[in-house]
Amino acid sequence: MPAPQCATCHKARAALRRPRSGRALCGACFCAAFEAEVLHTVVAGRLLPSGAVVAVGASGGKDSTVLAHVLQVLAPRLGISLRLVAVDEGIGGYRDAALAAVRRQAARWELPLTVVAYADLFGGWTMDAVARSTAGSGRSRACCTFCGVLRRRALEEGARLVGATHIVTGHNADDMAETVLMNFLRGDAARLARGGGLGSPGEGGALPRCRPLQLASQKEVVLYAHFRRLDYFSEECVYAPEAFRGHARHLLKLLEAARPSAVLDLVHSAERLALAPAARPPAPGACSRCGALASRALCQACALLDGLNRGRPRLAIGKGRRGLDEAGPPRDGEPERAPAPDAVPAF
Amino acid sequence: MCQVGEDYAEPASEEPPPRQPGREQKCVKCKEGLPVVVIRAGDAFCRDCFKAFYIHKFRAVLGKNRLIFPGEKVLLAWSGGPSSSSMVWQVLEGLSRESAKRLRFVPGIVCIDEGAACGLSPEARAKALAEMKLILQTVGFPWHVVALEEVFDLPPSVLRCFAQEPVGTEGAYKAAVDSFLQQQHVLGAEGAGDSPSLAQGEEQLSWPCTQDPQNPQSPDRPPTAAQTEALSRLFDSVKTLTAKEELLQALRTHLILHVARTHGYSKVMTGDSCTRLAIKLMTSLALGRGAFLAWDTGFSDERHGDVVVVRPMREHTLKEVAFYNHLFAVPSVFTPALDTKAPEKASIHRLMEAFMLRLQDQFPSTVSTVYRTSEKLVKAPRDGCAAGPPGPRCLLCMCALDIDTAGAALLSQGGPPSPRHRAAVLRLPCEHEGLALPGPPAALHLGRGPAPQPELLPQGLHRAADPGVPG
Repeated sequence: MPAPQCATCHKARAALRRPRSGRALCGACFCAAFEAEVLHTVVAGRLLPSGAVVAVGASGGKDSTVLAHVLQVLAPRLGISLRLVAVDEGIGGYRDAALAAVRRQAARWELPLTVVAYADLFGGWTMDAVARSTAGSGRSRACCTFCGVLRRRALEEGARLVGATHIVTGHNADDMAETVLMNFLRGDAARLARGGGLGSPGEGGALPRCRPLQLASQKEVVLYAHFRRLDYFSEECVYAPEAFRGHARHLLKLLEAARPSAVLDLVHSAERLALAPAARPPAPGACSRCGALASRALCQACALLDGLNRGRPRLAIGKGRRGLDEAGPPRDGEPERAPAPDAVPAF
Repeated sequence: MCQVGEDYAEPASEEPPPRQPGREQKCVKCKEGLPVVVIRAGDAFCRDCFKAFYIHKFRAVLGKNRLIFPGEKVLLAWSGGPSSSSMVWQVLEGLSRESAKRLRFVPGIVCIDEGAACGLSPEARAKALAEMKLILQTVGFPWHVVALEEVFDLPPSVLRCFAQEPVGTEGAYKAAVDSFLQQQHVLGAEGAGDSPSLAQGEEQLSWPCTQDPQNPQSPDRPPTAAQTEALSRLFDSVKTLTAKEELLQALRTHLILHVARTHGYSKVMTGDSCTRLAIKLMTSLALGRGAFLAWDTGFSDERHGDVVVVRPMREHTLKEVAFYNHLFAVPSVFTPALDTKAPEKASIHRLMEAFMLRLQDQFPSTVSTVYRTSEKLVKAPRDGCAAGPPGPRCLLCMCALDIDTAGAALLSQGGPPSPRHRAAVLRLPCEHEGLALPGPPAALHLGRGPAPQPELLPQGLHRAADPGVPG
């Protein structure tokens, strides 16, 4: 059975059906629609004002590749300039190959690329070293907890190095849906209260962050990359199988198969959650060590590194979270945490 | 690993069992009896302690929330399933206690016969009904058996939201209890025996209310074949099992509330257990009902205005309910539901149930964590959303619409805003996929699919039309 005509240009044969609406579109029209929607997201949310210097968190994966490409296409209209910032977490056998992909992309697009490495920023702690340190008897290594917090700190540092005014990351709708599912399953009321917007406006001196691809489903991101023939790195992180997010991701795939609108419904739900004031995170202050945004004495990154350096990597994880003056073994404390950003997989 | 703020070990297979099961283990509460059931994370209870624990939880949930005033008429929604049967049994036992601890409200039972929606044959329905009537007669409360087909006879007024009564304050509750006790005292002194609360639990025939428990208030006529046919057609026109379940829930709720209103009940109790509510919360999340979770899964649900829905079983897990019913012979009736024997991937509800139960196996506190998070939800629009006079309400679930036509990019569904989004949204269903109601002419749709074609049935009940999204 021949494919139907493209519903927009009525000239070419349709190459796909959009997952969201079922419209049949040819490749070119689909890419145009995708770019138009990202443009609308950015403009309507006033995310990237004209003249902004935007640091794109580039990992070499499909999301950040598509993000960088689309923003480059839209850059003249928005009046922004782009810088690529790649983070090297020090995961052997994974990050090196991804960085090679980023370098190729930077060369092709002729965008300046800056690589920031955990080893330089955090006193020699690469993710592999963290994993070795937290590997304990019968316990999970909690790699994503460390990596997520440290990566955001690294991105911020990289963005400041290149003089950026905004940070963008390539989180798509599937990521946001997984996040809200995961936060409910783990009972993370603080993150539920904080999440659901299009990014953070940058309080307390932190750079404003946003996620222009937030309303695009993962399928469409992959299709866009396919039609524009973008070159990206598609293997998953070495530590991904142990992550709790895997459960949420598996559930999301099942939900999407049963009901394709489930992904956007979850994002819609997440935006409208109403949590009790007591469950929300406290008002942020400044970290006493590095001056970054923190709602306790130490920001999460400093607290995690503190624990690692003391040989007690779990110090800042879980109920035993302590500040500078921790002495004995952790007792039952409040379960609140500093406003660490949402834990998210590699982009 | 999976709990925020808790260090969880890897799946239990990797660590030695914490205690040797067997002769050495005693009930954790009384330390004497032989344990018969293990609940929560390894707490073993003996039979008596378990019973006390179970009953105490039920009373505590009612007492903590202080919503049921003494002498109030409360309708118990009984489906025949284990949770609602357990709830009915608790109420029965609670009413027969010694006066100090006795429950003080006036119960009735409603049972909805959903056989037509589930596709049961008339013989199967009659058989189930007979079993139910047997149990209802044993229990002895005034009962009403209503067929789902009667939803076609509902007056349009059920879709109108009644003005909300102000929630009683602490002082009001105490005052009510005090005056009730005084009244009791006076009546007891006079030796009058016709206050409803003095009825002995075992003497069912002494119920002084006007309804004789042997004859239900509504005449027991079976629904006509035409009505059954209409109902089957309605449910067949809904293409996905997910939408069918949602439709069934909406219709069932409206019918129960109608029964409550016509017979003067001010509260309805449903038997949703902790497990069911956790699953319901996650399902509602996946269906886009994030704004209404507090109403869907909280203890009290006042969106219908004059009748308040209350969930007293919300702290009992399904395991506790099942064991209680087994140990203490609580009668229940099994009736096939919409999703009985449906494959796991048939609907969002089934998927979520299977997922949660599987995850619960691996991380035993999953259900209680989700439940605890649900307790932190409040019934208010999110900060930053328009806080003003309440807007229009959904016809089906009576919640304030969460489609913000004037919203920023956050709330538009990712596409350039079309004039249709900006049109005045009147009487549009919130998040009920697969159902379309007529609004202003020219398609008004939720923006997540091609515009559905609305169709109308007489009497204001609208026929479902699927917008063609696969699934």
